[in-house]
Amino acid sequence: MLLRIKDLHASIHGKEILKGVNLEVNKGEVHAIMGPNGTGKSTLASVIAGREVFEVTAGEILYQGKNLQKLAVEERAREGIFLGFQYPVEIPGVSMTNFMRTAVNEIRQYKGLDALSGSDFMKMMEEKKKLVEITSNLTNRSVNEGFSGGEKKKNEIFQMAMLEPTLAILDETDSGLDIDALRIVANGVNKLRRPDNAFVVITHYQRLLDYIVPDFVHVLFEGKIVKSGGKELALELEDKGYDWIKNEQL
Amino acid sequence: MEPDSDKIIDQVTRQDYKYGFVTDIETEFAPRGLTEDTIRYISSRKNEPEFLLEFRLKAFRRWLTMKQPTWAHLTIDPINFQDIIYYASPKKKKEVAGLDQVDPELLATFNKLGISLEEQKKLAGVAVDAVMDSVSVKTTFSETLSKYGIIFCSFSEAVLKHPDLVRQYMGSVVPYTDNYFAALNSAVFSDGSFCYIPKGVRCPMGLSTYFRINAANTGQFERTLIIADEGAYVSYMEGCTAPQRDENQLHAAIVEIIAMKDAEVKYSTVQNWYPGNKEGRGGIYNFVTKRGICKGSNSKISWTQVETGSAITWKYPGCILLGDNSVGEFYSVAVTNNHQQADTGSKMQHLGKNTHSTIISKGISAGKSNNSYRGLVRISKNAINSRNYSQCDSLLLGSSCGAHTFPYIQVENKSSIVEHEATTSKISEDQLFYCQQRGIDAESAIGLIVNGYAKEVLKQLPLEFAVEAQKLLSVSLEGSVG
Amino acid sequence: MDPILENSITLERMLALYEANRQVLSADDTPILSGIRENAFISLGKLRFPDTKMEAWRHTDLKESLGRGYDYYLHPTKETDIQKVFRCNIPHLDTAIIGQLNGWYVSKDVPLMELGNGIIMGSLAEAKKKYPALIEKYYGQAAHDTEEVFTALNTAFEQDGVFIYVPAGVKSPKPVQMINVIQHPENIFLQSRNLIVVGDDAQLSLVHCDDSYNHQGSFSNIVTEVFLGRNAYLDHYKLQNINNNSTLISSIYFKIESAANLESHYLSLNGGLLRNNIRALFNGPHGNANLYGLYLMDRKQHIDNHVVVDHASPECTSNEIFKGILDENARGVFNGHVLVRRNAAKTDARQTNKNILLTDNARINSEPFLEIYHDDVKCSHGSTTGQLDTEAMFYLRQRGISEESARMLLMFAFADEVVAKIAIPQLRQRIEDMVKKRLQGELRICEQCVLHCSTPEKPLEFRVDVSKI
Repeated sequence: MLLRIKDLHASIHGKEILKGVNLEVNKGEVHAIMGPNGTGKSTLASVIAGREVFEVTAGEILYQGKNLQKLAVEERAREGIFLGFQYPVEIPGVSMTNFMRTAVNEIRQYKGLDALSGSDFMKMMEEKKKLVEITSNLTNRSVNEGFSGGEKKKNEIFQMAMLEPTLAILDETDSGLDIDALRIVANGVNKLRRPDNAFVVITHYQRLLDYIVPDFVHVLFEGKIVKSGGKELALELEDKGYDWIKNEQL
Repeated sequence: MEPDSDKIIDQVTRQDYKYGFVTDIETEFAPRGLTEDTIRYISSRKNEPEFLLEFRLKAFRRWLTMKQPTWAHLTIDPINFQDIIYYASPKKKKEVAGLDQVDPELLATFNKLGISLEEQKKLAGVAVDAVMDSVSVKTTFSETLSKYGIIFCSFSEAVLKHPDLVRQYMGSVVPYTDNYFAALNSAVFSDGSFCYIPKGVRCPMGLSTYFRINAANTGQFERTLIIADEGAYVSYMEGCTAPQRDENQLHAAIVEIIAMKDAEVKYSTVQNWYPGNKEGRGGIYNFVTKRGICKGSNSKISWTQVETGSAITWKYPGCILLGDNSVGEFYSVAVTNNHQQADTGSKMQHLGKNTHSTIISKGISAGKSNNSYRGLVRISKNAINSRNYSQCDSLLLGSSCGAHTFPYIQVENKSSIVEHEATTSKISEDQLFYCQQRGIDAESAIGLIVNGYAKEVLKQLPLEFAVEAQKLLSVSLEGSVG
Repeated sequence: MDPILENSITLERMLALYEANRQVLSADDTPILSGIRENAFISLGKLRFPDTKMEAWRHTDLKESLGRGYDYYLHPTKETDIQKVFRCNIPHLDTAIIGQLNGWYVSKDVPLMELGNGIIMGSLAEAKKKYPALIEKYYGQAAHDTEEVFTALNTAFEQDGVFIYVPAGVKSPKPVQMINVIQHPENIFLQSRNLIVVGDDAQLSLVHCDDSYNHQGSFSNIVTEVFLGRNAYLDHYKLQNINNNSTLISSIYFKIESAANLESHYLSLNGGLLRNNIRALFNGPHGNANLYGLYLMDRKQHIDNHVVVDHASPECTSNEIFKGILDENARGVFNGHVLVRRNAAKTDARQTNKNILLTDNARINSEPFLEIYHDDVKCSHGSTTGQLDTEAMFYLRQRGISEESARMLLMFAFADEVVAKIAIPQLRQRIEDMVKKRLQGELRICEQCVLHCSTPEKPLEFRVDVSKI
């Protein structure tokens, strides 16, 4: 078991958002989490990644048998948890190269590996850039600064490729993408799928799941997973809309 | 600059100040000038308790040691404080109960100003305290409000009926030592409004004070004290006008607000004192100290002001954010035209944790006027995780005016965030052309644009005030093309 | 016998000192210059030393600085080891170097260099003797003697400093580096005066360093007048890196003629009390001035930047960006005043001040002022003070970067907006290194020198590799 979430409750500024989430993810699986806006999808992603503004009030998250609560954001990242952001922040003055090199080497150091040499690192950058069809020279660009919406999302997948996580959580990676960018992002993800890693794909629309085919689909509604099923559940949702879930819950 | 603009500005500035009339009423005056005797005279006229006379005398003695401030971006002709009459009271004709108590002439005056003192003809849901020169003429709805335990009356009445409250809170937010004009007011204040909202009470109607200067050569020194006890809420409005005279008249007021735990006070002002004539003769010197303290946690004080009148305005309504999580707000539109001068802004002092403040200031300058925003934001060491956001925009109409921004920001801890931004703009020819192409004439277009520019502030006003304020803005600036 | 200001520097003492030494002070003056000096003395008599009740000095208290005893010299101090003056230059940067020791021009070979292309540089005292007409044309024409007490004091007392003259149409072939070193066994008070003239269509890059070599206290009152002729270009750098016992009052006055272009950078990395008075006056249309400041202060250091940009002519543009990081008990002051005068149509003026406080004992006063008398202008200002962007912190940490490294990256990025404006690559590299060191807490004054120049080639070691690949 890679990830086990048990009865997770989390709140922000005293307001409870997650009200008892249960979820299990095994290696080699792709899970999709769907649901209407404002039901806690992004909160769930943030809580797994360790965003401090959220307070876990009950329940636990076990990742590879470890209780994540005790780990800082960067420790979780170094343990292999990657969060693809819905709105990647712009960081002027920090170059992409510098940023990635620091991240890669700090993670390597954590794992007891030697730092990559400059040339090996550059080779790796070039290789991974191809994966998501990034053609621009990232060296002189600051993190996400001046990137278009599509570029930002491609950049997230690029970073995922660089850091080779065990558990990747992609928070609405499809939002704001045109069809070409969506295809590129999805292809990137599919190429990175392996038996020893897992993906949790958060999305509002079924569209992305045409490209990244999930093993399981969960519906998050008002802070709880209210329905789980196979990939056909996504199609059913597409067909009946979220009102169906709402009505069922009432 | 369009060729016509001078003509249009001309037209606008020829607009009459429609509140410039004088009421012919018998008035009783204190002797001209200021000595301890003047203060004793005022105090005895009001049958004040000893503590208040003491307070006045202390303030007066302090004032004598102080100097008029010069730091503001204002040119002020020397004020002869011995040439001012410090107390003027419309004479009462006879003592009868009820509304008849008020001289019909006064009622007519306030009616003419659009302020009805007859409860049946009231503004929808607003209680009014009407102050003429140095005395409160009439407070409406006092009885209705008293059912909720709310005290709303003239300051003089409060001194007599609720001396303990007055004693406890008067000067607690604006001490008489605060500044030159606060000291002067503390020595000679005549009347004003007093308001106390008890614990947990949401005041069922808006409260309002209307100030009118009528008598010549007099100064108006009113004092307002608002106390909102735990969990209370009140929306308070203030309006003012004065006759058209060639001499400058001094208005030096104090407003103090105390908000206890979970209380909220919203204070709105539409300031329309006589601004002087087109050549800059006459008009009110409006030197006012307004301050509120958010004493308890989660309390909130919000100031909204629309400043269109006065020859010179010098005021900085502010908040002392003492309670944790308390909130202070300041929304201002200040319009200056002709030779008007304004130096106005806000003072936000963050002392408690997680305190938030917002300052939105819109200055509009036309004619040969000068309009300055001056504001202080201080985040003290203990005010951790506090925030301030300030936006101070200036709109210039014509190139003979001045628009200035003087923010003072002091931050003393690492966890707080302060942001200040300001821009300066004019009404672009594109905007005008666009409106005109849609069939709107230049004057209306400017009215529209200025109101749009000030919208963020105007929308903070209570409904009863918003309409008046919008009209006022259009009237004072319509057509001043830049 | 040179005087010792035993207990404190007071205005009375300085006035008396002037009266007693009038002849010595004006030894190199022409009658006109002597008149300027005498006028400054008269102004001085009407002014007073600042206290915190004065608007311009509200946040900077000089009481302690003025209250120390100082040696004051009316003759050049002994040149101990001249080589040291030249040791602190920027590696790999080919510059013409002008050295000053304790405020006196250090004449290694000749007091005044006259280059083939007409450029003159060297001692101001010498230039007064050799080129009196040239000096008289500019001297005192930009500085504000009558209102500003330290400028009046400087004009009354200055005996030497640097003179640089780039004639019309001449482009200085390499950057000029002015190094102002303070080294003295006792506390020292010094006043030097610089005059820089960049003629019409001329160009100059000027790196102006203030350094101290030891821990001894000092009080420097330096006035620099800079004239940019029509269509002239000046790329100017002021590097401040003096010990924690020093007080530096640096007043610089730019007079910018039409279509001239000024780039001016203030990099304050160390100092006890630093006060920069920066005044830029547009004396003709279409001028442009970019003013950039970076201050990184810790311990009880104090930095005060007072910047006035006077748009006295139409169609000029100005842009100010001042950024600071304040650690420990440091205090920062930014007071920017953009003045757009009645005739200055089509002015475009921008002003930005951003600060980061790293402790609850640090403090900033930010006062970005706009004073505008014309409607056809584009003016804006912004001031922000706060923590490092929490969103960016989370993002970096989510990628596995430690909190400490993330903080360092973001601070460096914060400073980089100003550092990146440095046009001379070697200098930018040098400043980048110094900023890194400073942020790592490594740039402390060493035995020899604040610049660690004994090991300029030693690669800097950082846990975060912020070097460009």
